[in-house]
Amino acid sequence: MTLIMRDGKKGQGMLQPAQSTAGTLVVEGTRIDMIERGAGRPLIFLHAENGIEPAAAAIDELAKSAHVFAPTHPGFGRSELPAGMRTVDDLSYFYLDLLDQLELRDVIAVGVSLGAWIAAEMAVKSTARMARLVMANAVGVKIGDRETRDIADIFALTDKEYLELVYCDPSAGQRDYKALPDAEVLAAARAREATARFAWNPYFHDPRLKSRLHRIRIPTLFLWGSHDRMLSEAYGRAYCAMIPGAGFEMIDRAGHFPHQEQPKVFAEHVLAFAGNE
Amino acid sequence: MRVYQFSEQAYFPTWNDHSGSLRVILPNRKCDPHVAADLFHRYYDEYQLCDELGLDIMLNEHHQTATCMSSSVVIGLAVLARATKKARLLVLGYPIGHRPDPLRVVEELSTIDVISRGRLDMGFIKGIPYEIPASNRNPTELMDRFWEAHDFIIKAMTTHDGTFNWEGEFFHYRQVNVWPRVWQEPHPPIWSTTGSSAQARVLGERGYVMATLGTGFGTRKLYDAYRKGYVSKFGKAPGADRFAYLGLVAVAHDKEEARKRGDLIAGYLRTSAIVHVPFRNPPGYVSVEDNARMLRGETPPRGFTKDGRAINIHATSVDDLIDAGILFCGTPDEVHAQIVEFCEHCGGMGNLLMMGQAGFLTHEQTVDNLTLFSREVLPRLKAYKQPDAEAAAKAVAA
Repeated sequence: MTLIMRDGKKGQGMLQPAQSTAGTLVVEGTRIDMIERGAGRPLIFLHAENGIEPAAAAIDELAKSAHVFAPTHPGFGRSELPAGMRTVDDLSYFYLDLLDQLELRDVIAVGVSLGAWIAAEMAVKSTARMARLVMANAVGVKIGDRETRDIADIFALTDKEYLELVYCDPSAGQRDYKALPDAEVLAAARAREATARFAWNPYFHDPRLKSRLHRIRIPTLFLWGSHDRMLSEAYGRAYCAMIPGAGFEMIDRAGHFPHQEQPKVFAEHVLAFAGNE
Repeated sequence: MRVYQFSEQAYFPTWNDHSGSLRVILPNRKCDPHVAADLFHRYYDEYQLCDELGLDIMLNEHHQTATCMSSSVVIGLAVLARATKKARLLVLGYPIGHRPDPLRVVEELSTIDVISRGRLDMGFIKGIPYEIPASNRNPTELMDRFWEAHDFIIKAMTTHDGTFNWEGEFFHYRQVNVWPRVWQEPHPPIWSTTGSSAQARVLGERGYVMATLGTGFGTRKLYDAYRKGYVSKFGKAPGADRFAYLGLVAVAHDKEEARKRGDLIAGYLRTSAIVHVPFRNPPGYVSVEDNARMLRGETPPRGFTKDGRAINIHATSVDDLIDAGILFCGTPDEVHAQIVEFCEHCGGMGNLLMMGQAGFLTHEQTVDNLTLFSREVLPRLKAYKQPDAEAAAKAVAA
């Protein structure tokens, strides 16, 4: 892999695609990590709260037929966290700036869980650079009444309970931190902290998002890992129904992170939807 | 030396009846309000006794827990501001980063300072991890809120000539002008607690009174970090009055009785960490580096005996607790000697926060413990000459 550096000025030329790179990118003064891989239609992949590493296989699959941009969110991995960035709303503006800076057009925006929430917050503001939106096991809205916990309180669970809740096969999420390199252990710790920063309160949702979802007028697809018990399928379907014309497809033998448990099937769903003019 | 008596005002009747967590999730059905009322009155009687005995008083708060019924420290302060005459009233602490409204904090504390005619000591604290569920404050920004609340409180307590404006990151007011204003000028003394050297240095730079809790013979390095910060800012050594230490205290004329009391008071340590695991370390409460170490299973021990042996303060013997400087226990002579030895280890420690009541220690035992301590240990501690502060500071610089 080549390490590329971009200086972050608007309109700077992009690398030629069809080359696998993992480098850094400066957006409005904030340096983040970004994987760029594959050729074809531009596709931005916005990772879930468990970070970029578990998405590696899905990114590989997507890159077989698309030009994938997979940034590491501010505060995650080695990406900087600018002072004052505290909300998913902030993140959505950050990524709209990123799309502007890279001058991407007709982008397929794909997000999983927290990443899907970011994508939705972007799309209600502007879809000028987006052609399609894919939201997998998305968080971001409040569906039930005030005493109904739509989204499991993952910060009140033991590690074992958490794994059983979010994975179809809990072993898929197990990591041997004693054996992992320092950078990955630090990334796991940063992912937990950054998730809390963006999703603590209100918990994994923005109370204002629901009333804005009608503004998303690009074709939208919800993907749903069938064994997700952090969120219910009913939650996903209710969320989906708020975006005009959005479709809903299930992914079997996957939980809250279908891109991780079924990367090939996940990519097939995304690419089929992307190619469906 | 000043000595502040402290009790967590525990609801101990349910200490042996829980399902793995005395905090956060223990159903409050286990709390009988009639029993709680009797306990509160008993604890306030014991605090009033302190006032008569020449002891000062420390209060705190925790939330959703049978380990401490005081969930709003201002209530205890309000009761005692009127019911006591001489004792200083130390709140240690007030978790100001959790509070939605620091203006309200200023109003409360200023009123307490006035009613008590200037006897308030204000300890501002971050709060232990288990407080997060009750406030639902985002743990990743808790310290940023803490410092903004702190700055606001000082500004509001020291502004006397009309309103001021505050539009910060977390708090917004346009017409701040607090009545009544504080009794003590420029404001009541500020205290805080820490277990980290980095924060100890920050507190030293500000010159606040720094308390450590249960740090035993690991205390010196925290005090030395404070000394470095203090000297860098003020160009002289901090006096012993800048340092406080919370220790368990059990005194009796009879050694066996003292051990028995020490064992009962140590019930505080044995119960304080009985918390459902996920609430022990909310994200962002400690640094990413510390969390990475924890993921790897590396958790360094916090308690050490005098000779450097690591102990688990939550599950160890009375002897170990005495060896570690966590528990001062024995006859009045023994307890005096243990406290003096600890002060010498620290290079000076001017405020003993004495946990002379905890858990199953009965009212009669508590009264005897406090009375004996006040009559036979306190006068000697008041006369005790602290180690030379400049020498302690020089040792750090060298």
